[in-house]
Amino acid sequence: MTRFATEISHLYREHAGRVLAALITQVNDFDLAEEALQDAWLEALTRWSRDGLPKSPPAWLLTVAKRRVIDRLRRRGSVEKNAEQLKWAYELEPTWCSSQDEEIPDERLRLIFTCCHPALKQTHQVALTLRTLCGLNTEQIASAFLSSKQTLAQRLVRAKRKIRDAGIPYRIPEAENLVERLDPVRAVIYLTFNEGYSATEGDALIRKELCDEAIRLGRLLHSQCPHPENAGLLALMLLHDSRRNARLDENGAYIPLDEQSRDCWCDEKLKEGRTLLLNTLAANRPGPFQIQAAISAVHADSKASGYTDWKQIVGLYDALRDYLDSPVVQLNRAVALANAEAPEPALSSIECLKDELAQYQPYHAARAELLSQLGQTEIALDAYARAIDLSGNEAERRYLIAKRDALSTIRNQ
Amino acid sequence: MLYMALIYREEPADFDPQSAEAQKMWEDYGAYTQKIIAAGQFKAGDALMPSTTATCVKKNGHKITTTDGPFAETKEQLGGYYLLDCADLDEAVAAAADIPHASAGGTIEVRPVIVPGG
Repeated sequence: MTRFATEISHLYREHAGRVLAALITQVNDFDLAEEALQDAWLEALTRWSRDGLPKSPPAWLLTVAKRRVIDRLRRRGSVEKNAEQLKWAYELEPTWCSSQDEEIPDERLRLIFTCCHPALKQTHQVALTLRTLCGLNTEQIASAFLSSKQTLAQRLVRAKRKIRDAGIPYRIPEAENLVERLDPVRAVIYLTFNEGYSATEGDALIRKELCDEAIRLGRLLHSQCPHPENAGLLALMLLHDSRRNARLDENGAYIPLDEQSRDCWCDEKLKEGRTLLLNTLAANRPGPFQIQAAISAVHADSKASGYTDWKQIVGLYDALRDYLDSPVVQLNRAVALANAEAPEPALSSIECLKDELAQYQPYHAARAELLSQLGQTEIALDAYARAIDLSGNEAERRYLIAKRDALSTIRNQ
Repeated sequence: MLYMALIYREEPADFDPQSAEAQKMWEDYGAYTQKIIAAGQFKAGDALMPSTTATCVKKNGHKITTTDGPFAETKEQLGGYYLLDCADLDEAVAAAADIPHASAGGTIEVRPVIVPGG
């Protein structure tokens, strides 16, 4: 890439979401704003390569995009029903497009509430948030979520159509609804993060990008809309992300948390996550994201393999169950319990989950591990086989196969 | 924007309009209707007779076929509606959430209305 191209792509990543958000909230029309901004970027490529960068590239883009909005409305203006919009465009032109140097307003928070509106399906919320606020293109999002470009494009079209036709507003919800409207926003951000963090299929670069974008949105939410759970979510993502490079060895093999090399953890993120969490917990308004972040922080406090404070982790899972009593939380608690106490009570506590988690790979892997610790080798081997069958992730699969093979070698001796 | 709030709820087989429960529901609806009239959101609203009184009609050429009962054999039946004038979906959802059946086990379906030429 030439220096100019690198610079442009950096500017794009940095500002695309913010400029688009400002434009959408002003024209109240996703497609019109997107098309106009695309025109502006094209114009920027020619102009900036010739004349150099303007003083404020985002303000330049917003101004040019607004002119393109007006052009597009005028072209549509021949159709009579757009007369009102056209009149609006004419009235706006002199003042609306004149501020090339000013700081552009940050409307991303408003827009995230629109994109994550509970009247939209969650898959649509995710696609629209990434497309609009993160500037990822349809292909990148499709690749990150292992779905086809066509499916993704369709989700975006449907979501935008519903926003327009059902009258979903572009605004921050009223105070009395704000807390419940934050739930889907956090869910979308965390889902995005997990998709980037857990999958090992697909393009590694795009997966890293998903984590970075989720953290970026988490920062936005935390800074513009203070709430203990928003801080908890950001801390949780930072703590997880600090271990990103420690999870695979040089051959791409999976390393479980307790055995990871502490030198590969990212100190900066770990420290930021931990400080944020401690400050938040001090407010004494706990919630599921803060507790999950605390669990992650206890793991981070373990100075070497075998030093993890599992008793505290069991206690935190118990606290988490007050908010989020899912089978997966019960399973994770059992794994912690096995480490803190003994495998028997852990195993008996997960037997009741066998139907609900029948298709969940970690259930069978955890059960196999517990059974093998209890010397029930035959049943353990069956459970490993089931886990291996269900694993959709190559590194994890290889890890499970190695575990199973080691166990069957012991049996045959 | 205009929104139609369709009220779905389970129909008790032995509904007694004179029961204290039914009387209370009527009063709640009366109060609710007054409230949305005052808020400038009310355009229209009616309660429907039970689905046992429903007749489905189809026309094929000149032949009219009628069948007894509601269109869908679901547990929840349409029992009434409000036509609401609201600024956006959030306002419509807030108004629909106050419809008495929303907190009595029913479900309110909120749909934007097509305005010709709009």
